[in-house]
Amino acid sequence: MKVNDLILQTVTTFLAFIIFIFSIYLFFAGHYTPGGGFIGGLMTSAALVLLLLAYDIKTMQKALPINFLTVAAVGLMISILTGVGAFLFDVPFLTHAFQYIELPILGKTALASTLAFDLGVYLVVVGIAMTIIQTIGESE
Amino acid sequence: MTETVNIFIGVLVLLGALLSLITTFGLLRLPDVYCRSHAASKSATLGVLLVLVAALLYFWFEDNYFSARLVLGIVFVFVTSPVAGHLLIRAAYYTDVPLWKGSVQDDLKKKGQSNIVQQMKNS
Repeated sequence: MKVNDLILQTVTTFLAFIIFIFSIYLFFAGHYTPGGGFIGGLMTSAALVLLLLAYDIKTMQKALPINFLTVAAVGLMISILTGVGAFLFDVPFLTHAFQYIELPILGKTALASTLAFDLGVYLVVVGIAMTIIQTIGESE
Repeated sequence: MTETVNIFIGVLVLLGALLSLITTFGLLRLPDVYCRSHAASKSATLGVLLVLVAALLYFWFEDNYFSARLVLGIVFVFVTSPVAGHLLIRAAYYTDVPLWKGSVQDDLKKKGQSNIVQQMKNS
């Protein structure tokens, strides 16, 4: 017989969104305030773990058909490419650019190429954390 | 920052701290896990909420900074803490943690209900 998890599942559908939004906020806040790719990635995987707790592993794979090892690999690729991209401008490896740009809606925004590197860190953290948890959870 | 707001914020912080202290007394003195969870999930939630609201008001009036993170935290604690209490107590009931000997009512043990509880334990 299936255990009735109505309260947990209802709260999870509501809370997972709050945690996701907060993790994205943390990811973008990293340049000037506490936050960044690592803690944002951990927060995202926390939201995914909450979904895993409330529903089972099969429902999760139906809702999010992602191989998290691929996510980690893509993140590592992005991080390396931002470092290699510096060679195009004849500067040393991992040199990052920084500029203020007038965007149409957001106005004056600070754009740093470190953000792309951070995106790589974010994806690696999400991928590794979810791979560890799913591998442990699946082995009976 | 006006003096009235100052006093109001101070009272909120003190009330929150007092409620947290009362929670601790409840955790130490109440007889069984169900009564303790009653103390922990209600008064601790309100205590934390009061302190968070006080912090929100303080930064709002002192620094003119409205912290969206604190609002998010208030909503988050308000929603999660009771659910955590519910899940803990349900797990305790399904693993046969005994009720306090002075308890007079156990609705889940009634005829028909006990069958469901038994099935859940087996699953």
